[in-house]
Amino acid sequence: MAQAIRMALHFAEKNLGVTDIFGEDVGPPLGGVFTCTQGLETAWNSPLDERGIIGAAMGLAMAGSRPVAEIQFCDYVYNTIDLLKLAGNTLWSSNGQWNLPMVVMTPVGSGIRGSIYHSHSFDATMTHIPGWKTVMPSTPLDAYGLMLSACKEQNPVMFLIPKALMRVKGDEAIPGEPGDDKQLSKMIDAPLGDRSKWKPQWPELVDASIPLGQAKVVRAGSQLTVVSYGRTMLLAKKAAETLAAEGIDAEVIDLRTLWPYDWPTLEASVKKTGRVLFLNEDTEVTNFGEHLARRVTEKLFYSLLAPPKVLAGKFVPGIGLADTLEAASVPQQHDVEQAMRALATMQP
Amino acid sequence: MARDAKKLKPVKEFKPLITKSTELPLDPERLRFMHETMVKARCLEERLIAMYKSGHGYFWIGGPGEEAFNVPLGMLIKKGQGPAFDFCHFHYRQSATLLAMGEEPMGAIRQMKNTATDPYSGGRNFAGHFSKKEWNIVPVSSPIEVQYSMVAGTALAQKRHGGDGISIVTGGDAGTAEGDFATCLVWTSRPGEELPVLIIVTNNRWGISTPYEQVQGVEKISDRGVAFGMRTKTIDGNDPISAYLELKEAFEYVRTERKPYLVEARVSRLYGHSSASGANFNTVEADCLSQFEDKLDAHGIRTKAEAKALREKYAADYAELARVAKEEPFPDGSSIWNHVYAGEAPKDPLAD
Repeated sequence: MAQAIRMALHFAEKNLGVTDIFGEDVGPPLGGVFTCTQGLETAWNSPLDERGIIGAAMGLAMAGSRPVAEIQFCDYVYNTIDLLKLAGNTLWSSNGQWNLPMVVMTPVGSGIRGSIYHSHSFDATMTHIPGWKTVMPSTPLDAYGLMLSACKEQNPVMFLIPKALMRVKGDEAIPGEPGDDKQLSKMIDAPLGDRSKWKPQWPELVDASIPLGQAKVVRAGSQLTVVSYGRTMLLAKKAAETLAAEGIDAEVIDLRTLWPYDWPTLEASVKKTGRVLFLNEDTEVTNFGEHLARRVTEKLFYSLLAPPKVLAGKFVPGIGLADTLEAASVPQQHDVEQAMRALATMQP
Repeated sequence: MARDAKKLKPVKEFKPLITKSTELPLDPERLRFMHETMVKARCLEERLIAMYKSGHGYFWIGGPGEEAFNVPLGMLIKKGQGPAFDFCHFHYRQSATLLAMGEEPMGAIRQMKNTATDPYSGGRNFAGHFSKKEWNIVPVSSPIEVQYSMVAGTALAQKRHGGDGISIVTGGDAGTAEGDFATCLVWTSRPGEELPVLIIVTNNRWGISTPYEQVQGVEKISDRGVAFGMRTKTIDGNDPISAYLELKEAFEYVRTERKPYLVEARVSRLYGHSSASGANFNTVEADCLSQFEDKLDAHGIRTKAEAKALREKYAADYAELARVAKEEPFPDGSSIWNHVYAGEAPKDPLAD
């Protein structure tokens, strides 16, 4: 996924008017701690100052530039919350005068044993800030397509990157991507050692934008619906395959865009199955899945065969370093399977 | 609220440029414009306060007492839209600057009354929260520090664009305690990547009710820029002639050198922080307008009688404007969905 984002940003700086890709360690020589910005022409290193990063992105957008700013880990975006709020309300508070075409990308979630300050999720907080669009891909192809759409937006977009999936290869190739992983790596991954003379060899990329606001039915099913995004999306997909062997037919929806989200796809699915699980790994109190559960309950109550279920992270102050602590804090494969099985077999 | 003037710490190294000269260093026409704009700004703020006190507005905040600094500031701004022109990252005490740039006072009155016709926010925001894209005046917001974080972005675009457009940021002394002020110093002075930013702090030595001396150890806020290798100065913001000349030098430096300049202006705060602290006239602090009128009278540029007549005229004019605004409609409640997203039809996303 890191390569997909890098290729999308390359396409965007060449074709979509992106002028600045910046943040801590985003420029050469490192190109981002997850390598998402290696070899990009407009990438530069900022001071280690998240408020400055978001503020500068806002100013650039105001002056007609098109910035993509990175916050190195979403755990460090929290001291910019009022600036995010400001970016979200600038168009509204000026009664339509100032829109901010800017993208902020940041790695989120658990899965790399990142302990208390490299494992946070941000979707619950971010979806609470109006005026932004929020996306979170679970495959490289979606990451590529959603990033292109984010870079075309007239409004601020928060691009959440599930860090557990940074190194996960997708089933579907990005148009132009060579089939051989090693070949792609040789073309666009910066070499170890001296990189001062290195230049990437970009594949022929095309505009494979995926519109914001469109969910994807990853697996069609009839007995229950699972709505997820990011890291837990992969758990849901795998669990659905496992449960299929038990005769449980689950529909799996990748939300992809959290705001504005694809209600018609959710509505159609829940009306069909009557059972729905909202799955993510942010802390479960005032969780985004709770909003979805509320809307489903209010709008589709008479279509339901079981109470909507939210499976999310435990409401604890952090994700502990030890493997056992992380596993106990955020949904794991068996948790997802168990929740889906219980939901599918609940008697009305 | 009034503080004993004797307790005020004298500012060392504070050298007003022209106090002893017999001839004023600016031409009479400019001085008269300066004075008249200061009068307009004072009358406008006093009308806004009167509107608040008579129930025609929920909250007042503004800049009476800062006219001697804010008017020259507005006179020096290169107004227009886009990176070729100056970007203005103001705080909420800047009405005099807008008037000096040529803005009509009616917009401020409409914003006070939160009418649908308010040109800055459509009845959504407080008085003094200007926004005018045609002049690069970015939306003023109530947080006292965020503008210091945003200014590097517009300045970076300007530096890259070329030309002589600069970014100007204003804020108060209390706001410099926020991290965003440090952000501004760091981001505008990166070696080899210095940015054309005029960083302004109007120091009235108050943060709402908290005296400067109680919470800030630095004697001159401008000294904080020294550590970043930038030019700095502390000036008399109560003397419009001195402020004009000092600002002119700073503007020219930033325009031509494309590097930051930190100006701290010592100013008065004549009606307190906002309506939350009563908005009553402070008789202890220096009144820049009456001081300037004394000077103009002494130099035969404008008599006190003429000055008084101007005040009466604008006070009456703005009272009339307020009467007009009072009859204008509030925004329709359904308009809350307007401008949540650019390029999209207004709608309640949960209504279906």
